[in-house]
Amino acid sequence: MSADAILAAGDCHLSTGGCGFPAPGAEIFFFDPVATYTIAGIEWHITKPMILLVISAILVIAFFVAIFRKAKVVPGTMQSVGEYGYFFIRDGVARDTIGRQGDRFVPLLFTFFFFVWLLNFMGVIPFAQLPVTSKFAIPVAFAAIVYLAWVPLGIKRQGLGSFLKSMTMPPDVPKAMYVLLIPIEILSNFIVRPFTHAVRLFANMFAGHMLIATFSIAAWYLFPTNLLSDPSATGFIGLGGSIAATIVTIAMTGFEMGIQILQAYVFTLLAAVYLNDSVNAH
Amino acid sequence: MNLLASEGGVNVLGVPLDELILGLVSFFVVLGALSKWALPPLRKAIEERTAAIEGGISRAETREREAQALLDQYQAQLAEARTEAAQIRAQAQADKAAIIEEARREAAEAAAAVTARAEASIEAERASTVASLRREVGTLAVSLAGKVVGESLEDDARARATVDRFIADLESQAAAQNGANA
Repeated sequence: MSADAILAAGDCHLSTGGCGFPAPGAEIFFFDPVATYTIAGIEWHITKPMILLVISAILVIAFFVAIFRKAKVVPGTMQSVGEYGYFFIRDGVARDTIGRQGDRFVPLLFTFFFFVWLLNFMGVIPFAQLPVTSKFAIPVAFAAIVYLAWVPLGIKRQGLGSFLKSMTMPPDVPKAMYVLLIPIEILSNFIVRPFTHAVRLFANMFAGHMLIATFSIAAWYLFPTNLLSDPSATGFIGLGGSIAATIVTIAMTGFEMGIQILQAYVFTLLAAVYLNDSVNAH
Repeated sequence: MNLLASEGGVNVLGVPLDELILGLVSFFVVLGALSKWALPPLRKAIEERTAAIEGGISRAETREREAQALLDQYQAQLAEARTEAAQIRAQAQADKAAIIEEARREAAEAAAAVTARAEASIEAERASTVASLRREVGTLAVSLAGKVVGESLEDDARARATVDRFIADLESQAAAQNGANA
């Protein structure tokens, strides 16, 4: 069963009887492909999240190119707003985390923050209503980019030996402790790190979307469509529950909007922290 | 390619290759577009702004320094002018005293000269009067005595000596009287 099937079966209400609560499952993240092509041996399913991904990419490019292409020394309203975002990334993330050398990573971090934010934000935009980052492949792709940037960069900047030493042998530790620490550090920095980087973003968006879906389905399910023709105690209880679920849905949507920007920030900040490991040895 | 494929149903941790590739491609497209068309013009504008602000600050600092120098100069000139005025006043005070002293001295000298001249003139007047009187009185006395005695004593040197002696006696008597009165 896909998300499309859930939507098609949207006629189920508590008051009409005959159906239990259609609790949403993981299937709400899966959509029937609009089209399928096979290119270079890979099956390309054109699905809702992929369309949203492309639309988001176009929107991010269009927005920032439009407001920055003719950037003026004395900024207008939109340029000021955009500059606020730029300084937030440059000063608040790149320079604070990496230092002066952070300036060269600003485009990368800027793209991460705003692209991920918009992909998350798709979760509350009417009709889109799916955080694209709740598709695990997307955070995996982004975390892979970060991983494949900071590891080779660290080797290039510090040399393989001293890079591995700085990543696995924390200073000011008794020599004997390295027996324990080196395997832990290797596991933590080179194996678990990219995985948690991707999962943290994915899981937050997945859970948030699931929560909103659950409460909005509850609001729909509990709504007594036949209350006027057949007033019953169940109908009134259902009405109360439906109103409560609607309020919770609205509140969760607001909460999600906060989580969306926060997770985009966390993802970007972690990318900066990892890049700092390769630029500045500790 | 489902890395963690579950049997049947759906797998939320699946990573389909098409989504992964599209995710990578879309990220690099966004990164490339922003790095090429959005961020460089913004960086340029920010740099120009920084330069303009720093230029403005340095211009303002230069002007402030100039104004300060000018103020110092004016204050120095003012102080100089005050000192000069004070000196001129002191000089004038000194000059005034000297001028008054000079005038007083000249006046005193002139007065003394006038006095001296007057005294000399009076003395000369008196001497000539005395001489004239002596001559007149002698002549008159001799002529009177001649008339009394009936003979001329006018050309007689003795008679002249007698008259002179007489007058001298009168003078000494007068001097003695003046001395006694004084």
